[in-house]
Amino acid sequence: MIGLIGKKLGMTQVFDKRGHLIPVTVIEAGPCWAIQKKTKAHDGYDAIQLGFMEIPEKRVKKLVTKPLQGHFKKHNRKCYRYLKEFRLKIYKDIQEDEQLDVSMFTEDELLKITGTSKGKGFQGVMKRYGFKGFKATHGVHESYRGPGSIGQCATPARVFKGKKLPGHTGHATVSVKNLRVIKIDLERNLLMVKGAVPGHRNAVVYIRKEL
Amino acid sequence: MDIIHEATADQLRTDLPEFRVGDTVKVHYLIKEGSKERIQVFQGIVMQRRGEKISQSFTVRKISNGVVVERVFPSHSPHVSKIEVVRFGRVRRAKLFYLRRVKGKAARVKEKKRY
Repeated sequence: MIGLIGKKLGMTQVFDKRGHLIPVTVIEAGPCWAIQKKTKAHDGYDAIQLGFMEIPEKRVKKLVTKPLQGHFKKHNRKCYRYLKEFRLKIYKDIQEDEQLDVSMFTEDELLKITGTSKGKGFQGVMKRYGFKGFKATHGVHESYRGPGSIGQCATPARVFKGKKLPGHTGHATVSVKNLRVIKIDLERNLLMVKGAVPGHRNAVVYIRKEL
Repeated sequence: MDIIHEATADQLRTDLPEFRVGDTVKVHYLIKEGSKERIQVFQGIVMQRRGEKISQSFTVRKISNGVVVERVFPSHSPHVSKIEVVRFGRVRRAKLFYLRRVKGKAARVKEKKRY
C-alpha cells in the first residue's frame, strides 16, 4: 500500500461527466518526501516513511524535538511537520529522497482515507450509538433520551463489558473506504474525492491507494 | 476556501444572463430520457438565489394548471442550455417565500423597468 499525507480543505460540489452535481471533499495532498525506507532485513518490515509540509528554517528549533531533528539530519532532509509510515507490499522500488505527489492517483480510482473524526465531547446513547430513546408522550416520565435497561438482575449481578453507554464521542481514528477520485489538480496539488472525509477543515488525513 | 473556489472555477458559466429574485425567467433545461435528449422550457418567477460560486442555485416557481411547481436549478449546470429573462420584477425581499401563502392578486410581482 502506498499513499500520501494530506490536508482536508473542505467540501464543495462539482458537476460530473453526466452533468450531475455531486458532493466532493477537497484535499491538499502532498507533495510528500520519502524520508526513510525500512526493509524487512533491517527493520523487520517493508515501509516507507513520508514527510509532509516542510518547516521553515527559523521555526525548526521551536517545532521539532532534538531527536527528530537528528533523524532528519541523518537522512539529509529538511524538517517536516507530519510524518507517516506506509507499509510497502508492492511499489517496493520507492527510494529515499523520492518525491511523491497527486500524480500517483488516477481519476475514478477508489481510495481509502484515514483521519481523526471531529470530537463531540461526552454524549448520550442516542447520539453516540443511535438508540431510539423513549416516546415524548404516552405516559413517559423523566426519561426521554436514556439507554433503558442495561442488564438483568441477581444473575449476572453486573453490567457486561462492552455495554453501549454514554461517553466520549468522536475524536477517533476513522477510515473511509471506496472514495472515488473525481478530479486531480497537479498544479495546486489538490485531490477531489466524492463524499465526506473524517475530520475538520485543515485536519491531517492519510490517503491510501486501495489494492 | 479560496483554493476551493479556484479549483472549481473552470466549471463556472459566464454565458448566462444576469437575473434577480422576482424576475420571470424561461429556463431551457436538457432532459435525458433513456437515450433520448430533449429541451424543456420552464417559465416562472425566481423565488430565491442561494449559495455561491459552483454551489449556487435558484428556485423557479410556476403555476401549471392550478398546480404549483417549484424547481431548483443549479446555476452553473451544464444541463441549463439557456436562460431568458422575460420580465423584470420589483420586489422588496431577497427570498419570495411569502408567495407560498398568498393567492390571487397578492401573489403578483410588480414589473420594474430596468435598463
